[in-house]
Amino acid sequence: MTEAESPLVEASPTRDATLAASDVVLETVGLTKRFGAVVALRGIDMHLRRGEVLGLVGDNGAGKSTLVKILCGFHPPDTGKIYVEGKEVSFRSVADARGLGIETVYQDLALVPQLTVAQNLFLNRELTMFGGVGWLSAGKMRKLAKSYLEDIKVEIPDIDAEAESLSGGQRQAIAVARATRQNAKILLLDEPLAAMGARESALIVDLVKDLSRNRGVSMIVIDHNYTHLFELCDRLNVIQQGHIAYDQQVKDTSVEELTNLMVSAYRRELAAGQQLLEQ
Amino acid sequence: MQQRELTVVLVTLFVIIYFGIANSAFYTTANIITIAQYIASFAVIGFGEVLILVLGEIDLSAGAVYLSSPWFMYFFWTSGMPIGWAIVASMACCAGIGMINGLITVWLNVSSLIVTLAVNYALFGIVLIESNDIQVDMPGQTGHFSIIFGVGAWSTILWAAGMMLVIWALLKRTRFGLHITATGGNPLAAAESGIRVRRVKVWCFIIISSASGLIGMLDAIRIGSVNPGSSGLDTVLPGIVAAVVGGTALTGGRGTIVGAALGAIFLGVLEDGFNLIGVNANWFYLAEGVMILVAMVANIQLRTVARKFRR
Repeated sequence: MTEAESPLVEASPTRDATLAASDVVLETVGLTKRFGAVVALRGIDMHLRRGEVLGLVGDNGAGKSTLVKILCGFHPPDTGKIYVEGKEVSFRSVADARGLGIETVYQDLALVPQLTVAQNLFLNRELTMFGGVGWLSAGKMRKLAKSYLEDIKVEIPDIDAEAESLSGGQRQAIAVARATRQNAKILLLDEPLAAMGARESALIVDLVKDLSRNRGVSMIVIDHNYTHLFELCDRLNVIQQGHIAYDQQVKDTSVEELTNLMVSAYRRELAAGQQLLEQ
Repeated sequence: MQQRELTVVLVTLFVIIYFGIANSAFYTTANIITIAQYIASFAVIGFGEVLILVLGEIDLSAGAVYLSSPWFMYFFWTSGMPIGWAIVASMACCAGIGMINGLITVWLNVSSLIVTLAVNYALFGIVLIESNDIQVDMPGQTGHFSIIFGVGAWSTILWAAGMMLVIWALLKRTRFGLHITATGGNPLAAAESGIRVRRVKVWCFIIISSASGLIGMLDAIRIGSVNPGSSGLDTVLPGIVAAVVGGTALTGGRGTIVGAALGAIFLGVLEDGFNLIGVNANWFYLAEGVMILVAMVANIQLRTVARKFRR
């Protein structure tokens, strides 16, 4: 397939050649995880570079969400190692992972609908004055929120608008902005473009590109929608049956190739299943 | 002032004009003092309920706390404590009751509606047992002390106004207040951001119990005696009505202290007006019920109309 046939594939600059090994911000070696009799991960070796957007592709049950839950500190792995910026780490909680700059962004879980954009951006990191009484520095937070959103080019018409009155894309953007403002270096995004119109999607795509290219934020995106993944990501990993079956730069692959890969895997499994039944 | 608060103002003005025409004694200072005394307890319990409702919880025990705190004070006083200390000790008991409400709600996962209803009855029972169902006279009836603590004509309403300022500032101007809204508006997001949502809830139950207990003692000192004969629900429900008529949502996340004050004024005027124009006692509750419905329906309908106009 050529570029002309898939206009959504935007070539991203080649990083492999220019980036040294020290630019790997997150690496896993041989991660395994089982839940009772079900083996979810059979040895995941993956890496994520600084400022890279990595897409995770895989059928339901392939192990994507288990992997993400391990990376954000929700589940501990059974075996295997996780390295953050070259150092081996072990998370006992989501807070541990967050402390190391790894944060998950959920679209609907993240914001408080009745609080304003500025209040949401500073949720539980509020600036206060008059010492210990916790009197809010509302003006200062508004100003900082405004300038931060301008910095990362997120346009919100009214910083005092309640989150409830914003569109899905704007809410997602605020959730991402909050994570990065609080120094998250690795974002885990779960279906960031789900249920969004073209304009909304463009807002998030621009934000993701800007944060990754200009601010060195690395991201892992899970999505079932290939179009979304090709819009957002620099590189794709396909997870099949608990391990990484395919690793390719977005510019070197296509929706067609991925579809074929998934379908042939499905046929193999089907055939294996039939063989089992026949025995 | 927001639109939802404006509706209550309009309905209240209407009621004031009506009572003024119906009975000329309505505008006398003596009557306004009476209204203010009604308003104080509705308002203070209402302010506390705003915090609790914003959290998505409810407190039905605030009326029982209001009624039992003078008894706690009386028991401490008869056991030999100076009156000032008896008040402080009674306040500590009330705070403790709020803490129990909160802790059972958040740690044992029992609905606050049931927890506080149970505590309401338990407190009523404790007062009946300890008092032997006999009315007693309150201490603290003379001197400067009494003027400040309830006996002065404007004492309770000034205390209520002071509590309004404090609780308003707490909810709208402090970090803690923001966390109350966050906890009620999206508990998952609040917890995810590291807010200790359980702690926030327990503190709010402590605040409403302390405030209700304080205004209960002031009212008892003002009246001069307490009798153990009522269960508290008739006292707490006007507070909840004041909060909700004023524009606080029963679903959590949204509350207005100013609205609760206006709601309390509405209820106080209603209670006093009906008494003054001599509504037959049998008709009193029917009239009150209908007026509350009218205020609430007007509130919601006008909001819908206003929203249409804005578009």
